[in-house]
Amino acid sequence: MSEVFDVLIGRPFFEGMTDEQIRTVAAAGSKVTYHEGQTIFREGGSADSCYLILGGDVALEMQTPGHGPQVMMTLHAGDLLGWSWLYPPFRWTYDAHIHSDTEAIRFDAVMLKDASEADPTLGYELMKRFTETLVNRMQSIRIQLLDVYSTPR
Amino acid sequence: MSTQLLAEPAARPMHPVPCRVRSVARELDDTFTLELDPPAEGWAFAPGQFTMLYAFGVGEVPISISGDPGDQSRLVQTIRAVGPVTDALTSVAPGDTIGVRGPYGSQWPIEAAEGRDVVIVTGGIGLAPLRPAIRHILEHRDRYQNVTLLYGARSPDELLFADELQGWRGRFDLDVLITVDHGDRMWRGPVGVVTSLISRASFDPESAIAFICGPEIMMRFTIQELERQGVTSDRLYVSMERNMKCGIGLCGHCQLGKFFICKDGPILSCAEMTNVCWTREV
Repeated sequence: MSEVFDVLIGRPFFEGMTDEQIRTVAAAGSKVTYHEGQTIFREGGSADSCYLILGGDVALEMQTPGHGPQVMMTLHAGDLLGWSWLYPPFRWTYDAHIHSDTEAIRFDAVMLKDASEADPTLGYELMKRFTETLVNRMQSIRIQLLDVYSTPR
Repeated sequence: MSTQLLAEPAARPMHPVPCRVRSVARELDDTFTLELDPPAEGWAFAPGQFTMLYAFGVGEVPISISGDPGDQSRLVQTIRAVGPVTDALTSVAPGDTIGVRGPYGSQWPIEAAEGRDVVIVTGGIGLAPLRPAIRHILEHRDRYQNVTLLYGARSPDELLFADELQGWRGRFDLDVLITVDHGDRMWRGPVGVVTSLISRASFDPESAIAFICGPEIMMRFTIQELERQGVTSDRLYVSMERNMKCGIGLCGHCQLGKFFICKDGPILSCAEMTNVCWTREV
C-alpha cells in the first residue's frame, strides 16, 4: 500500500469511500511540506492541483492595492485547499500563504479529473465532497459579510 | 434540565437600588466594564443572570453580569454603547451612582455540565455573559472533563477581555481557539467565522454540553454545526436577548414564543426553543 493511501484512509473527507476509490485518489497524491512564509500558489497562476492539509495553517489572501495582502480565511488540518482546477479558466483566485509549517497531500488535478471521467462513481463521490466543502465555505463567507459583531445602531 | 434561579430578586423588584460606581475600565472603543459597590448584603448571582441598570433620567437596560460569581464584593457589568441608555451608562465615572435591579433570569447549567466535556462558543460581546460561567468552571476545574472556549470577534483589536483570553490560552486545562472575521497584518491566528472552529475542538459529541452566546445569527449556525457533530439539542444552551423592560415576567416586552426571556431565560436549552429559534419575526 502507498504511503499516501495510509495517510488518507480514515480521514473524514474520505469517509464513505471504498478502499479502491481511495487508492485511486491516493495514486494522484504526494506528500508535501511547506515552511512558514512560503507561498503554495498565487492568484492568477495555473490551478493544476488541490491539497488536503494534514497539519499547519494556510492563509487565503487577496492582494489589494494600497492595503497589501488581505487574509480572507485560514485553513487548517483536515481542510481542503483549492478548487479552481475544477472549472475554467483553471486559475487560482487567491494566494495561499503558509502561516505555520504545513504538511499536506498535493493531488494532481489532471489525474483526478481523468480518474473521475474513467469512473463516474468515483467522480460523483469526489464531487459530493468538494461541493460540501464549497457550500460550507460559501456559508462562512456569507456570515462574515453580515458583519454580525458590528455595533447595532 | 430546567434552569433555576439561584438568587431571588429583591422584595421590591421594581425598585432600583442606588449603587456607587467603583471603577470604569475601557475594554474596546465602545465597550466598558463597570465595577459597582454592593449593597450591605452583597451581590449573589448565578452565571448567566442579568441586572437592570438604570441611568437616572435616561432609562433602564438589561445587562448581563460579567464578573466572578465567587466574588460578592462587587458587581461587574460589561456594557456596549449602542443607544442612549448604554451611552449614558458608559459615560459614568468612579463615584457616580446608577440604579440596579436584580439579578434576574436563569443560569448557565454549570451543575448539569459536571462530569462532561464543555464547549463554549461565543462571539463579540457574547463573551461577557459567559465569563462568570468560565470563571466558575476554572475555579472548579476538577468537576469537568475537556473544556473548550471558541471565540470569534470582528477583528484582532476587537477581542474582548484580551488580557484574560491570553491568560486562559496559557492554561493546560483549557483549550482556547480564537478566530476573527477580518485579520490584519499582525494577526497570525485563524481568520473565519467562529463555527469553523468547532470541527477543531476536542469533545465527545455523545455527552458534551455547549454554552452559546453571541449575535443570534451566529448562534443559529453554531447550533446547526454542533448538531451536525452529534450534540443533541437538549445539551445546547443559548443566551437569548430581547427587549426586556420589567425584568420579572410581568410586562411581556421580551416575550419570545411561550417564553418571557427575562424570567424563563435568558439561558434556554435549544430543546425548549424548538419551533422558536427558527420562527421569523418572533
